[in-house]
Amino acid sequence: MAASQKQPVTGAGPFNGILTWVDQRLPLMQLWREHLSEYYAPKNFNFWYYFGSLAMVVLVLQIVTGIFLTMHYKPDAALAFASVEYIMRDVPGGWLIRYMHSTGASAFFVVVYLHMLRGLMYGSYQKPRELIWIFGMVIYLCLMAEAFFGYLLPWGQMSFWGAQVIINLFDALPLIGPDLSLWIRGDYVVSDATLNRFFAFHVIAIPLVLVGLVAAHIMALHEVGSNNPDGVEIKANKDPQTGHPVDGIPFHPYYTVKDALGVVVFAIVFSTILFFMPEFGGYFLEYNNFIPADPLKTPSHIAPVWYFTPYYSILRAATDDFMWALAVGVIAFVALIVLTATNKTLKMGAVAAGAVTLVAFFAIEAKVWGVLLMGAATLIFFILPWLDQSPVKSIRYKGVLFRTALTIFIIDFIVLGYFGTQPVTTAGTLISQIATLVYFAFFALMPWYSKMDKTRPEPQRVTL
Amino acid sequence: MKLLKILPVVLLLIVSGAQAAGVEVKLDRAPVDERNLVSLQRGAQVFVNYCLNCHSANYMRYNRLQDLGLTEQQIRDNLLFTDAKIGDLMKIAMDPKDSKAWFGASPPDLTVIARSRASHAGSGADWLYTYLRSFYRDASRPSGWNNAVFPNVGMPHVLWELQGEQVMKEAKVQAPGYVKTEQKLALAKPGTMTPIEYDYLVADLVNYMTYMAEPARHSRKTMGIYVLLFLGLMFVLAYMLKKEFWKDVH
Amino acid sequence: MADKEMDQGKRRFLVAATSVAGGVATGAVAVPLVTSMLPSERAKAAGAPVEVDISKLAPGEQMTVEWRGKPVWIVRRTKEMLETVTKGDDKVADPDSKKLMQPAYAKNEFRSIKPDYLVVVGICTHLGCSPVGKFNVGPEAFDANWQGGFYCPCHGSLFDLAGRVYKNKPAPDNLVIPPYKYLSDTRLLIGDDSKGA
Repeated sequence: MAASQKQPVTGAGPFNGILTWVDQRLPLMQLWREHLSEYYAPKNFNFWYYFGSLAMVVLVLQIVTGIFLTMHYKPDAALAFASVEYIMRDVPGGWLIRYMHSTGASAFFVVVYLHMLRGLMYGSYQKPRELIWIFGMVIYLCLMAEAFFGYLLPWGQMSFWGAQVIINLFDALPLIGPDLSLWIRGDYVVSDATLNRFFAFHVIAIPLVLVGLVAAHIMALHEVGSNNPDGVEIKANKDPQTGHPVDGIPFHPYYTVKDALGVVVFAIVFSTILFFMPEFGGYFLEYNNFIPADPLKTPSHIAPVWYFTPYYSILRAATDDFMWALAVGVIAFVALIVLTATNKTLKMGAVAAGAVTLVAFFAIEAKVWGVLLMGAATLIFFILPWLDQSPVKSIRYKGVLFRTALTIFIIDFIVLGYFGTQPVTTAGTLISQIATLVYFAFFALMPWYSKMDKTRPEPQRVTL
Repeated sequence: MKLLKILPVVLLLIVSGAQAAGVEVKLDRAPVDERNLVSLQRGAQVFVNYCLNCHSANYMRYNRLQDLGLTEQQIRDNLLFTDAKIGDLMKIAMDPKDSKAWFGASPPDLTVIARSRASHAGSGADWLYTYLRSFYRDASRPSGWNNAVFPNVGMPHVLWELQGEQVMKEAKVQAPGYVKTEQKLALAKPGTMTPIEYDYLVADLVNYMTYMAEPARHSRKTMGIYVLLFLGLMFVLAYMLKKEFWKDVH
Repeated sequence: MADKEMDQGKRRFLVAATSVAGGVATGAVAVPLVTSMLPSERAKAAGAPVEVDISKLAPGEQMTVEWRGKPVWIVRRTKEMLETVTKGDDKVADPDSKKLMQPAYAKNEFRSIKPDYLVVVGICTHLGCSPVGKFNVGPEAFDANWQGGFYCPCHGSLFDLAGRVYKNKPAPDNLVIPPYKYLSDTRLLIGDDSKGA
């Protein structure tokens, strides 16, 4: 009997008996060891390594508060707005739950953006962690969908018009566009039908997918092991006696206590916002969203919630004139491939693809390209592991080229985000257009600058 | 690396800078004080007397006014003029269709107006405080009134008997280096209140409307202090715990 | 390693203290979640006392008002009806209303403030069905010697005209008398029996 061969559980005091009983029927201790007590993580994690566990904490918070909000919320266009105010006033403790959820939504994106930045900085997407990165990107896309669906639910003016604008984006797609947007709305305008289906997606469909993806993300991570600020593979250097990485420490207790500290610090920041500025200057709860949805009146200035605004800027950047700039960019890019590539097929392919793209630029209207560019801006992250040709992972050992590129990219992303919150101005559009080109150049040119870059050799051991 | 560490700070600065941009109308700061119960009670009284005929407050219950230090009986006697019950919402009898015909637009529900009117120019209270003091006579408007903050507003000046009548006048303003002409409000016909008394009345009303927009506001802040104190204690413990275990590593 | 041993004690303390603090924090987050499932202000407002005008209620008739979503019967009992209550003591399980199914002021022969007006929650004490008033005296399928009262269609419990349950029936207790008071001779307030105001 396999069950009886298992060692009894020790070290859990009065719970040894029950844990042994469970363990002989479920791989409890195996899971504990694989993912916590004997999961060896590099000992040089720094500040940037808090955000993964924080994202988990926020996910749990959002799910739990969401469940209780669902008990009082009414996904009905005639009742939705009032039911949110009902939660804020009449439900005992309702305001607190609602603020936790609304602050949590923004906190989620703060944490996830910092988590992604960590990946960019330390090359956590590079071989052998490509799949972790891809799962992470799918999580990010799901999170955007989740936030978008959820934002319609309060049924305020920003909810309504935000959904209206975003759904109409699909309208721009060639051939299927109009039918697709009609299908998404389930009506000719954003209406009760739209609200109801968004509710279904927001409370069950996407959360289920999210939880599954998070599990996959972590399983993939624990298969290859965590990266670290030095980008050194700790598994390459194992203690011959114990067989454990010499630069590794068990996740539990070292990183559980460290992450616990991170959670407390996060809770302090989170509570400060929640209790003293839940609207966060109109960025977390938009002022116009305290006006019930009115299909006949658009607010004078609508902007998506802050976490979407970089992409929104890219969307708005696509004007007819901008297509010329983009065309020049594509020609330069193809020329670069032709000049540097040694593979003949690649050269031919690049020229052909470039030509098709150029024709399409002017055959298809700019509005469509705005949508496509916005989509491309999110999807381009997926191929990042194959764009980076650098022999080292961490920015610590990468050269001045990559460092400069990443710094510019971060500033660029913030600039795009900022102009996405602002009303359209001539100067703002021009800056957004330049920033859009820079955004894509960061990725498109990466194979060259990451290769040319003067890297320093990685150390044998991690540095503390 | 230093640069990357200060990024969150840079981000915050940009975010707070965004609030300064886009100022349209200069708003006066509303002297609201959520702990001044006398002001809140007076504001509630002004609200039910002057606003709650055309405007509803559909998400606010009468008995919630106990937050302002009133008993149910006091609310019934002084603030409840319809046949509504004490636990009812502050609804009005006016049909939105009628009011749309009369005023050109249905008077909006006022429960959360103090939140929705916030902008980068100022809080919702600031907007309301300035708006309610910026009505002026304008013969070209159907109601005979216009507003400096909300041009071509549908609502007539309901508090005009108290404030009196203002008019829009051109005034010469001494700017550094040159003199410019500005449109300025001036009191043409005094009302039953002095301008200072009227400002106090509007301040009380706005104070009440700010409360009504978020009744949990006060308890939220009080609770926040306790939560942060507790988290401060937790921080000390978690920090010591981390330090203790990480002795092994360092 | 003496150092190490001292560390163990400190560690145990810190782990315990942080765990307790974390537990308290989690518990504190759970408080709003759990309390949010209690009746809201809307539910409380709907459960507010109900004022009833009983001036139009004729003798021998019954009216039903809604209080907290439950039916409350007001029966104006005739002399004959009251007599059946007096005579029926041996048929019912708790003739003297010993069990606290009524406020103190209704713990009397007729289970009411004024004998002729019965105010009672029309919910069977068995499993919560609403019984039916059968006021006519005479043989019924469920009782050949029926004296008038209430019959519960769900499981056949019988109650007399004071809401007292018959012996050997599924329902364990007499029908509940809600708190109520007379605002005047013809106006009742159900759900509130406070004095003054």
